[in-house]
Amino acid sequence: MDNQANPGTPRQLWRFHGGLHLPDHKALSSGRPITSATLPKRLVLPLQQHIGAPAKVLVEVGERVLKGQMIAQADGFVSAPLHAPTSGTVVAVEERPVPHPSGLSAPCIVIDSDGEERWTELHPHAHWATLDAGELRNIIREAGIVGLGGAGFPSFIKLNPGARTEVDTLVLNGAECEPYITCDDRLMRERAGEVIAGARIMRHALHARHVVIGIEDNKPEAHTALREALARVDRHDIELVQVPTLYPTGGEKQLIKILTGKEVPSQGLPIDVNIVCHNVATAAAVHRAVERGEPLISRVVTVTGGGVAQPHNLEVLIGTSVDDLLAQCGGTTPTLSRLVLGGPLMGITLQHRGLPVTKTGNCILALTPGEFGQQGPVRNCIRCGECARVCPANLLPQQLYWHARAKDFDHAQDYNLFDCIECGCCAYVCPANLPLVQYYRYAKTEIWAQARDKKKSELARERHDFRTERQERDKAERAAKLAKKKAALEESPAADSEEAKKAAIKAAMERAKAKREAAGVEPQNTDNLTPDQQRQIDEAEARRATEKKNESANERE
Amino acid sequence: MTNPVVSSPHVHGPANVSNVMLRVVYALLPAIAGCVWLFGWGVVVNLLVAITAALVFEAAFLALRRRPIIITLRDGSALVTAVLLAVALPPLAPWWLVTVGVLFAIVFAKQLYGGLGFNPFNPAMAGYVLLLVSFPQEMTNWAAPAALRSADLGLVQVLLHSLTGALPTGTTMDALSSATALDTLKVQLGMAHTVSEIRGGPIFGLVGGRGWEIVNGLILLGGLWLLWRRVITWHVPAAVLGSLSLMALLFHLVNPELYAGPLFHLASGGAMLGAFFIATDPVSGATSARGQLVFGAGMGVLIYVIRTWGGFPDGVAFAVLLMNMAAPAIDYYTQPRVYGHNRG
Repeated sequence: MDNQANPGTPRQLWRFHGGLHLPDHKALSSGRPITSATLPKRLVLPLQQHIGAPAKVLVEVGERVLKGQMIAQADGFVSAPLHAPTSGTVVAVEERPVPHPSGLSAPCIVIDSDGEERWTELHPHAHWATLDAGELRNIIREAGIVGLGGAGFPSFIKLNPGARTEVDTLVLNGAECEPYITCDDRLMRERAGEVIAGARIMRHALHARHVVIGIEDNKPEAHTALREALARVDRHDIELVQVPTLYPTGGEKQLIKILTGKEVPSQGLPIDVNIVCHNVATAAAVHRAVERGEPLISRVVTVTGGGVAQPHNLEVLIGTSVDDLLAQCGGTTPTLSRLVLGGPLMGITLQHRGLPVTKTGNCILALTPGEFGQQGPVRNCIRCGECARVCPANLLPQQLYWHARAKDFDHAQDYNLFDCIECGCCAYVCPANLPLVQYYRYAKTEIWAQARDKKKSELARERHDFRTERQERDKAERAAKLAKKKAALEESPAADSEEAKKAAIKAAMERAKAKREAAGVEPQNTDNLTPDQQRQIDEAEARRATEKKNESANERE
Repeated sequence: MTNPVVSSPHVHGPANVSNVMLRVVYALLPAIAGCVWLFGWGVVVNLLVAITAALVFEAAFLALRRRPIIITLRDGSALVTAVLLAVALPPLAPWWLVTVGVLFAIVFAKQLYGGLGFNPFNPAMAGYVLLLVSFPQEMTNWAAPAALRSADLGLVQVLLHSLTGALPTGTTMDALSSATALDTLKVQLGMAHTVSEIRGGPIFGLVGGRGWEIVNGLILLGGLWLLWRRVITWHVPAAVLGSLSLMALLFHLVNPELYAGPLFHLASGGAMLGAFFIATDPVSGATSARGQLVFGAGMGVLIYVIRTWGGFPDGVAFAVLLMNMAAPAIDYYTQPRVYGHNRG
């Protein structure tokens, strides 16, 4: 074991380019212990709460389900199943509005709870150390666990580095760098043991050499709680590191850089540099899935902001409506101006309060006008470069903006548009109030659409090319045949003399006449039948004759 | 309740363009006060004329271009252009000189390119250069520092002079003006005098031109304040002043009687104004940190070259415009290494 894991020497920390010191507003909710939200009457569960294919429905309308029962299964490899968060009845499987950047509707399972909270049979694995990595992954997959930090990538895939890849470091992300959000902070404070237990399971599944938990230094209580939990289980091989508070330290790529000095390659994954990164809440969920057998049916949600009367950290059943949660926090204030799912820098606008909380929903943020900051007019870019100074990916946001605005997507890609993590730092500091991130999202979407169209047109072109080629081949073959025939004709002597022509015509006419006489009738398409065909025809005629006879017999009766 | 979809981020920092521009103006106030003290009321009259003209031209062209007038005027960019030009022009300049400069700066160098953000050249310096090449006599007729004046004019008298060209009876232009230190150095070196001989003259001060060295010091003060308030970064001014000093030092060491030293160059002419207030114009400059170092270094070299071997006494304005032309290329070749991309 090298000195990095030695608790005596502090781990060397690196830093990423840019970043922002933001007013964190965490005090609004960080003092609120996690409390269970009241059981809602109705739960709406979107089939897609993760990256990948939507889950496939296993239940029918009217069916009774138990708490923890799988109600939709993973569809393909990159997908995650869904479980009933409480016992009750399936009342609908239909399109419902879901939390989505563009306010779309998507297929959902709707369950009315019976209030009994009756569990399905659970299969805990207390002795998980005896299970191999594949078995653990399967348990985690079946439990429907996805990244709870926000992206929602199915966790079992990230626990599968591949047979030939060695995992050097498992990074647990407890940075929680976005302002306002405190759900991970509270989770680490109150359920430190679960986080550590989950970390150990993940480590076992990955055969990771090191485990590092990164926490921003504005959460000393969480750090203390985890340290004590580590001491209790006597684990010195799990390293706890406080990192400087700087947005977006909680970005996977940024945290990896800070803790290891390594950079995830552009368009690559952490595993490309032998690192796997999971959120602390995901670790706790893994612990519950493995050691208690509980699938992912609830999560901690911070309900906060100036627009809510009493900010809370709530343990919320997946599928609970935002409105229910706001009501439990004393309702909203009259000054509420915007509801956001997630943090103020990267969250999405909630179009209305009826939307359900999904697996990735870490925060309901009720913002009042006073919290938006400076809201001046949008002006032209003055190329001040402030955006480039704060960009954690070290991009040139002003150039990206310029090219995205001009719809010059090739140039936008030359300036590495796809390395943008959409953290919002550039737009936050922009003195011209330009909605920079919106331009980048637009450009990305357009490029994806173009790529799709290009693929389509390439396929069409391939088909067209093939068809043209085939037609030309046929044509060439026909031409060759014709040429051969012609050549054969030309080879016959005196083919061009008048007499020969007349003789040929005469011969042909005689041939035709002889044929007609032989047949005794005008030519038909039934001439020249094979014996087999002739037999079939005869049989058919015979059948028809018998049927006719029967019919006439019937008529007579 | 259905809300409009608003793309993240949902919060914004305190910075806005108007604040940036206003801070640039605030940072120039000490130097303006110094100018009044040392060179008389001329700079105030220049400011009045320039600001009025700038706002009128900007508003007129915004109206012609059908752009919002009040909102755009509030960005403060026309104000900054006017103030920079007014400070750079000779304090006893006639009103039409100031107005022509502002007209060219606002209309030709900025609005015709599409307004703030789209101008490839620094507007104030474009206006300055136009005046310098068109009206060399008026542009080199600088007000004499207080100690060298045989007459003093009040604010009203300077205003009258600016508007009508009339001076109080008994006062001549010669009594009020003198050549600048850079001009004198250039002319006298051409007449085979040595640097030490020339610098013994009355218009020279401790390190630079008399009066000028103080104004340059006050501009430096304002520049440092801009740095402290993070309106600008250190890269451009450090590179400009560093390369100008280095050039001056090299040639001064080779032949001190032919080439003035670095301190003289820093404390004379528009060195400080150029380094802290002109070259730091983000619109027409380079944007990345490395790019700004290249931009500034190139500008320092050009200032020295034009001052020493060029046809004009000072080279700041030309150097800025030349580097403005190079800015896109500099930006292209100094892109930072993006996260996750290979080094080198």
